[in-house]
Amino acid sequence: MTRARWVLAAALVAAAGACGGDGIRTVEIGIRHSRFTPSELAVGTGETVRFVLRNDDPIHHEFILGDAEVQQIHEVGEEPHHARPGEVSVPAGETAVTTYRFGEPGALLFGCHLPGHWSYGMRGTVRIG
Amino acid sequence: MRKAMVAAGTAFLVGVAGPAWACGGLIAPNGAVGLVKTATLAAYADGVEHYVTQFEFAGAGGEFGSIVPLPGVPDRVVKGGEWTLERLAIEVQPVVEFAAAGDAAASPASRDVEVLEEKRIGALDITILRGGGRAVGDWARENGFDLTPDAPEVLEFYATRSPVFMAAKFDATEAARRGLDRGEGTSIHLAIPTDDPWVPLRILALGQTGDAVVEADVFLLTERQPELLPGPAGSGAWVERDGLTLARDEQASSSLLTDLAGDRGMGWLPTEGMWLSYLQLNEEADELRYDLAIDVAGGVPSAVDAGFLGGIEERTSPPWLVAVLVGGLGLGLLLAAATQRQTRAAA
Repeated sequence: MTRARWVLAAALVAAAGACGGDGIRTVEIGIRHSRFTPSELAVGTGETVRFVLRNDDPIHHEFILGDAEVQQIHEVGEEPHHARPGEVSVPAGETAVTTYRFGEPGALLFGCHLPGHWSYGMRGTVRIG
Repeated sequence: MRKAMVAAGTAFLVGVAGPAWACGGLIAPNGAVGLVKTATLAAYADGVEHYVTQFEFAGAGGEFGSIVPLPGVPDRVVKGGEWTLERLAIEVQPVVEFAAAGDAAASPASRDVEVLEEKRIGALDITILRGGGRAVGDWARENGFDLTPDAPEVLEFYATRSPVFMAAKFDATEAARRGLDRGEGTSIHLAIPTDDPWVPLRILALGQTGDAVVEADVFLLTERQPELLPGPAGSGAWVERDGLTLARDEQASSSLLTDLAGDRGMGWLPTEGMWLSYLQLNEEADELRYDLAIDVAGGVPSAVDAGFLGGIEERTSPPWLVAVLVGGLGLGLLLAAATQRQTRAAA
């Protein structure tokens, strides 16, 4: 991804997000046709983001944020519920929220690991820093 | 086109058969029940389209289901015939022992779903639904169908054109209780009054992605040689697909028509003067994003029915119309750009 596209992604997130009184930015992510929108995000180092996930599909989804190792664990695991920050189930037609504090500069992945969803393309990237 | 088609009394018969016989998207949440094959026939005469669908299975216990998009609301759902699918397969896959036998509308955005009919046929629970893609998906999930990740988009793809679906849930436990064995199937016959018959193909790729190959055989019987969209490779149609091959294109034999018309519920089929087309579908799942539109009245098959254009306002979209629309859009953009340049120059 070019720097220009990351700048654009960051701008989109900034446009979609809003900071509450607690200083936590809220980012809304839509889910439709088993895709995340937006699928590319940019956040600041040390920033805390409240993700609001709206599932417009008639099927269940989940939102798992983490590095490649985390994604692999969830891809082969069978964890029915998610209680960690950055991990949440999003039932069909419903909205779910999870809050995550980003650390060092780099990149994390997010995606859905219900059977077949990741390989179908239900994933995205968060650039930190 | 619709009235001309009906007035001509044209009939067509469509079968989906072969090594991966399927009429709808298979929704099998577990491996307990294996689908050996499903097959579908669609028949059209005097404004009524007939579907004959057969499921065969392997394994025991559990349930699985299939969802089939329909061009309209059926007014009859009954147990189907005994040999129609097999007879068609024999016709196009001749074997030695047979060589001497013969001569060859609801709003798509609606969140509500309407259950139009529920019926138990053999080990199959059949439900006819009308609703938008999301509503039908909600109904399917709430009724135990485990939808694949591509299902929301595929259901919406069909609901924008015809918001009518048949959901068939197979109860393997009930099948075992009835003594049904592997290889035995239950066929379903639906009579669907409609002016716009078409053959669902994209649904065959439900749950499959990438370069997984979807194979099916499609039979057509019409009173005259049909126009198809997309056309098979080399057909000269304005959209051709390499994944479609026209393997047979000939007058239907009287023996075939007589055999088919003699099956249960098939008496509507003329026994002479029909044209047989046999298409083989061999398409990668990611490329199978179309259906088969058919015209037998001398017109142009509908791009909407083929799944190339969304919406239900204009069902027939010949190449010149698309060209005008695309050309008009391009002209509009050029004019807008020219206007912007003139405005900047003036400033």
